[in-house]
Amino acid sequence: MSKEVKLFIGPNHPGMHGNASVHLYVEGDTVVRSRLVPGFLHRGFEKLMERRTWMQNLALIPRICVPEPDINEMVYAMAIEALTKVEVPERAHWIRMLILELARIASHLMALGGIGGSTGLYTMPNWTLADRDLILDIFEKITGARIYHMYIVPGGVRKDLPEGIKADILKLVDYIEGRSEEFENLLLKNRIIRTRTKGLGVLTREDALKLGISGVALRATGLPNDLRKIAPYARYDHVQFEVPTATEGDAFARFTLKYYEMGQSLRILRQIVEKIPDGPVNIRISEGSALRWKVPAGSVYAHVESSRGEYGYFVVSDGSERPYRINVRGASFPQGLYGIEKLLPGTRIEDVALWLATMDFCPPEIDR
Amino acid sequence: MSIYDGLKKTFWGPTIAWKRLFTRPVTIKVPEVYREAAERYRGFHVNDWDKCSGCSTCSKICPTDAIRMVPVDITVESGKKAQRPAIDYGRCSFCAMCVDICTTGSLNMTREYIHISDDPGTFFFLPDETGIHHDIPPMGYSRDENSELLDLERVVMKELPGEERIDSFIEFVKGYSREQAIAEAARCVDCELCVEACPVNMDIPRYIESVFHDDTEEGANWIYKTNPLPSVCGRVCTHKCETVCSIGNRGKPLAIRWLKRYIMDQEKTEDVIRYASNGEVVKKACGKVAIIGAGPAGLSAAYYLSLMGYSATIFESKALAGGVMRYGIPRYRLPDEALDKDIKVIESLGVEIKCLTTVGKDVTLEEIRDEYDAVFLGTGFSKGRSTGVEGVDSEGVIMAIPLLEKIRDYLRQGDGEKPPVTDSVIVIGGGNVAMDAARSVARIQKMERNHIDVKVTSLESMEEMPADLEEILEGKEEGIKYFPSRGPKEVLLKDGKIYGLKTIACTRVFDDDGRFNPRFDESDLSTIEGTMIIEAIGQAPDYDFLPVEIKGEIQFIRGRILVNEKGQTALAWLFAGGDIVNGPDIIHGVADGHRAAIGIDEFLAGVKK
Repeated sequence: MSKEVKLFIGPNHPGMHGNASVHLYVEGDTVVRSRLVPGFLHRGFEKLMERRTWMQNLALIPRICVPEPDINEMVYAMAIEALTKVEVPERAHWIRMLILELARIASHLMALGGIGGSTGLYTMPNWTLADRDLILDIFEKITGARIYHMYIVPGGVRKDLPEGIKADILKLVDYIEGRSEEFENLLLKNRIIRTRTKGLGVLTREDALKLGISGVALRATGLPNDLRKIAPYARYDHVQFEVPTATEGDAFARFTLKYYEMGQSLRILRQIVEKIPDGPVNIRISEGSALRWKVPAGSVYAHVESSRGEYGYFVVSDGSERPYRINVRGASFPQGLYGIEKLLPGTRIEDVALWLATMDFCPPEIDR
Repeated sequence: MSIYDGLKKTFWGPTIAWKRLFTRPVTIKVPEVYREAAERYRGFHVNDWDKCSGCSTCSKICPTDAIRMVPVDITVESGKKAQRPAIDYGRCSFCAMCVDICTTGSLNMTREYIHISDDPGTFFFLPDETGIHHDIPPMGYSRDENSELLDLERVVMKELPGEERIDSFIEFVKGYSREQAIAEAARCVDCELCVEACPVNMDIPRYIESVFHDDTEEGANWIYKTNPLPSVCGRVCTHKCETVCSIGNRGKPLAIRWLKRYIMDQEKTEDVIRYASNGEVVKKACGKVAIIGAGPAGLSAAYYLSLMGYSATIFESKALAGGVMRYGIPRYRLPDEALDKDIKVIESLGVEIKCLTTVGKDVTLEEIRDEYDAVFLGTGFSKGRSTGVEGVDSEGVIMAIPLLEKIRDYLRQGDGEKPPVTDSVIVIGGGNVAMDAARSVARIQKMERNHIDVKVTSLESMEEMPADLEEILEGKEEGIKYFPSRGPKEVLLKDGKIYGLKTIACTRVFDDDGRFNPRFDESDLSTIEGTMIIEAIGQAPDYDFLPVEIKGEIQFIRGRILVNEKGQTALAWLFAGGDIVNGPDIIHGVADGHRAAIGIDEFLAGVKK
C-alpha cells in the first residue's frame, strides 16, 4: 500500500499566477486529493468599494486583475451606465473595444508565456512578455499608464485617442502577426509541449457547465460560448470575428484556442482602426463635481468576455455617493475554487502547474 | 476536425529561437539609456504655486488619501489659503484624479518614470513647478475637457425675461426648485474658501451640503448660527463668497446666494423661529440695550443680544423696520415678504422695535443713555450726495435715496403719493443705487406710459462701473441706455424746466494709486436729453441726531465713526456699526451687529462686576 504525502504549492506565485496555496495529497506521482487555500491575496476589494465614492473606486477596481485590468473598468462603467440609463457616445464604444482587445492580446500573451514557464520552456515567457510590453507602450500613449489604465470611465472614456495612435496600432498588429511563425514553432508545434499537454486535465462539457466554468476551458469542449457573440456589448456586433472552439477539452486545446483568439483579436483591431467614427468620447453621467456623484438606486449585473471567461460585477446602489454592494464574478472563480478539488486529482505532480496555467487560475478573482 | 490537425508537430521547430542569438536585445539598458514616457504619462506631480489656491480639492478626491495639505509660509491674496498639497508616493496610485479635479489647473504630472533615493523623506513631497527632481521636468498628464471632474456650469436660475419683468415690480428671480438646488449644491467641492471671504464667516459648505442631502431644516440651522437676515441676504447679498468660489477659477462660481434663498424659501417662519431660538445661546445675561436704527446692523445686533439674554429695544424713525432693505433696495429684488420673515424671527426672540420714533426729536440720546445700559448706533447712510453742478438745485433734480423710498412706499400702500417720474429720465451714477433708481423708474414709466426712456451716465467706463455686472446687464435687457465715461457739467434749463444735462468726457476716474481722482476733457462736450435728473453718486450719513457734546467725544474718519475691534466708540457705552462704520453693504452690517453684540456683552459684564 502506497503512502499518501501532503505537498504544498504556493503560496508564492505557483507558476505564473498570483498568490494562492494549493494543498496536494499525493500517492506516488499522482494527486489523489487537492484543495485550494485562498486568502493570501485578499485585499478586501468588494468591501473597500463600499467605503469609497463611485469616482474613487475607479482607482481601485483595476487592481483586481493585473494582466487585464480594463475588464474591471468596463463592467463597472457598464453597470453604472445601466443604472443611470445613459447611452455612451458611439466613438467611446469603439475606443473601449480597442482597449479591451489590446488587453485581451496582452493577457493571452502572458498566459501563453505561462505555458512555457510551467514546462521549462523559458524562451516563451521572455518573448511574450517582451511583445506584451509593446502593447503596454500603446496603453501608455492612450491612457497615460502602462498597467492600471483607469481609462474606461462611466459615460465613455477619459480622454480621446492621441494623434497618430492608429499607425502605432497597425504597426503592432503587423508585428504580432509576423511573430506567429515563431510562436507556433516554439510552442504549438513543439513535440515536447504537445506530448505533455495532450490529454492533460480533460474537462467535460457537463463538468464545465455544472461548475460554471466559462472561457477557453468551456470553448475547448466544443461550445462556442463567447459573450461578445451571445450578448454583444460595446460594438462587438459591428465587427467580424470567429469564436474558435475545439472538442478535446484538454490543456493543449485550451492554450491553442487562446492563440487562435489572439488572431481574432488582431482582426478586430484592424476593423476598429478602419471603422472607428469621430465624435465625442464621453458624456456627463452625473450633475455636480465628482465628489458628489450619486448613482440612482437599483441593482444590475454587467458582464464581459474576459481573456479567462465571463467576468462581471453585480452592483447594488442605494442612490448615495457610494456603492451599497459590489460583487465580483471572477472568471476563474469556479475552476480555481471547485475545479482544484474536483478536477485536479488524477494529475501528476509535475503537471499541476500546467493544469493551473491552462485553466486560467487567477487568485485575485477568488480573493477579492 | 481535431485541434491537433491545425498545426503539425515538428521536431526542429523550436530551434527557430536560435536565430535570436544574432539580433539586438529588445530590452533597454536603464539607466544608461534614458527613456522618456508618453505625452500623457501619469508621472510625478508638479504644482504651479502662483495658480494654486490651496483649496484642498485634490486631497478630497484622492482615492488613496495620499495628498495632505501642508501649511506653507507664503503670503496669499484673498480667496486663497496658505497651504499646498503634499503627496505621499508611498500611497499614491498615480490615478491623476487630483489633476482632473484641480479647481485652478495648477496641478499636473510629468513624464518621468523613476525616482530613486536613499532618503525616505523625499517620497513625501511638496510639489512645485520644478517637480520631484528640482529640474524643469517634461510635462505629462494634464486635464482636458473629457477628463474634467468638476461641473463648471451653473444651474440656470429661472428669471422673467427683460420685457416681461419691466411691467411690474414683481420679484423676477424665481428661485431654485428642489431638483435645481440639489444639482447646484452637487457642484460644491467643500473647499471653504468662501467662509473666509464672508464678512460673517457663514458655514457655507455646511448649508450647501444640507441642500445636497435634501435637508433644508439642517441648512436653516447652519444659516442661523451666523446670519439672522438670510432671506434678505439670499436675495441681495453682495456675495463675496461667490467671488472667491474655487469653481469660479475655471467655471461659473456656485450660486451660493440662491442656495441660501432656497433653504429659507422652503422653511416656514414658525419653524425658522424655532431654529433661531435654538441657536447658540452664549449665556443668560441681563441688561437693557438700545439700538438706533432697524437696518441690517441694528437687527443683527438685536438678534445676538437677545440670544445672549439681553433685552434689546430698537428705535426706528420710519414706519416700518428694515432700513435700506425696506426703503432702499427695490421691491423687484427684495420683496417685503422676505424681509418680514427675517424680522418676524428676530422679533420672536423678544426684540422690541419702536417705529416712528426719531432719536433727537421724539426722544433724545441722553434720555436713552440714562435708561439703557448700552447704546448701539446703526443709522446707516440715509442722505444722498449731490454732484453740485450748476442748476442742480432746480426743480426736477432729485436724489436717488428719497426717490427709492417714495417708490417703495407707493407700491406698498398702493394709493400713496405717486413718485414724480417724467417720461425722460437721466440718472447720474454708476453704482448699484443708480441701477436701482434707473430700473425702478423704468418700471414706473412702463406701467404708466408704456414707454421707457432712462439714461444712465457715469464717470466710469462700462468696465469700471462699480455696479454688479448682472445689474448692468439686466438693466440693459430692460431697455436702459448707458452713457459711460461722461461727467456732469450743467443742468440745462429752459423756462425753469429741465431739458437736458450737459456732460464732458471723463478721461480717467482713478489715479495710478487707485484713488478716486477723475480727469476731464473739457473740449468733449455733449448733451443728454431728459426732463428729470436723479443724482445717485453716493450716500452719506446723517448725524444730526447726535448731541454736540457726544459728537465732540467720539472720533470720525472721513464721515465714518471710528470704533475699536469690538465696535466700541471712544465713549464706552456707545457702540456703532453698519454703513456709518464700514460703508454701505448689508452683510458687513450683519457682521458689525454681531461684533458689537459681543463687545456690548463684554462691556456690560465688566461694568456689572
